[in-house]
Amino acid sequence: MQYYLILAGILFAIGLFGVITRRNTVGILMSLELMFNAANINFVAFNKYVITGDLAGQMFAIFIVAVAAAEATIGLAIVLLIYRNWRGIDTDNYSIMKW
Amino acid sequence: MAEHASVGIMFWILAIVVVVSGFLVVSLRNIFHCALFLMLCLTAVAGIFITLDAEFLAVAQVLIYVGAVSVLMIFAIMLTRDLADKQIPQTNKHAMLAFLGCTAFVLGIILVLSGTDMWRWAKTPLPVENVMTIGKLLMTKYVLPFEVISILLVAAMIGAIVLARKEKA
Repeated sequence: MQYYLILAGILFAIGLFGVITRRNTVGILMSLELMFNAANINFVAFNKYVITGDLAGQMFAIFIVAVAAAEATIGLAIVLLIYRNWRGIDTDNYSIMKW
Repeated sequence: MAEHASVGIMFWILAIVVVVSGFLVVSLRNIFHCALFLMLCLTAVAGIFITLDAEFLAVAQVLIYVGAVSVLMIFAIMLTRDLADKQIPQTNKHAMLAFLGCTAFVLGIILVLSGTDMWRWAKTPLPVENVMTIGKLLMTKYVLPFEVISILLVAAMIGAIVLARKEKA
């Protein structure tokens, strides 16, 4: 059980590292997927090893997968839009949301 | 909790694959290679789900992540092709600081987990019919989240189409 949680922690930290350091927006989205998967591993591990009564953890993981798919769709559409308007998806280039 | 020894061996192999390919995802320069290693990493996570008796989730992971999301990522990389150039640095100047912070995060988690044993361990095993149980739960206890997630997916799909279509001339 602890090993699963440690694995999920490492995967989450890798995803966090990617989100902080990537300059490419698609790279940031890929790191986000890693973080989602770390959370999913935690849910399923707790579901197996800690008393839950039913498959609540796996149900939550399924919903997370669905939400992550929606998030990836919207994120990549936004990436395409940004690319069309700015000719680049480097996060340093578009800071129009910053006052 | 009598588990077969092979499950443990499988877990260690898959864990190494997950960590190594995950690290390559965030550290490689070529963004296309990153996407391919992301696929490998997500497949290994599906294997981890199998060692945790979550067969349906493993199959869904392969279908949705490896099948759909990764292909979507590769599409986005292809459409923004000049970004996949090797010459462009893919990381910003915070790399060292971020690495230190994430290492501290991992060490903290390991420290906390090694000193904790306060969970109520499961006495009863999970239902054997994984898919059947999930199907029943989806249609009874979790029917409202199921419907909400369907609406969310439709909204995301329509939103993506509206965002990504070309402006009419």
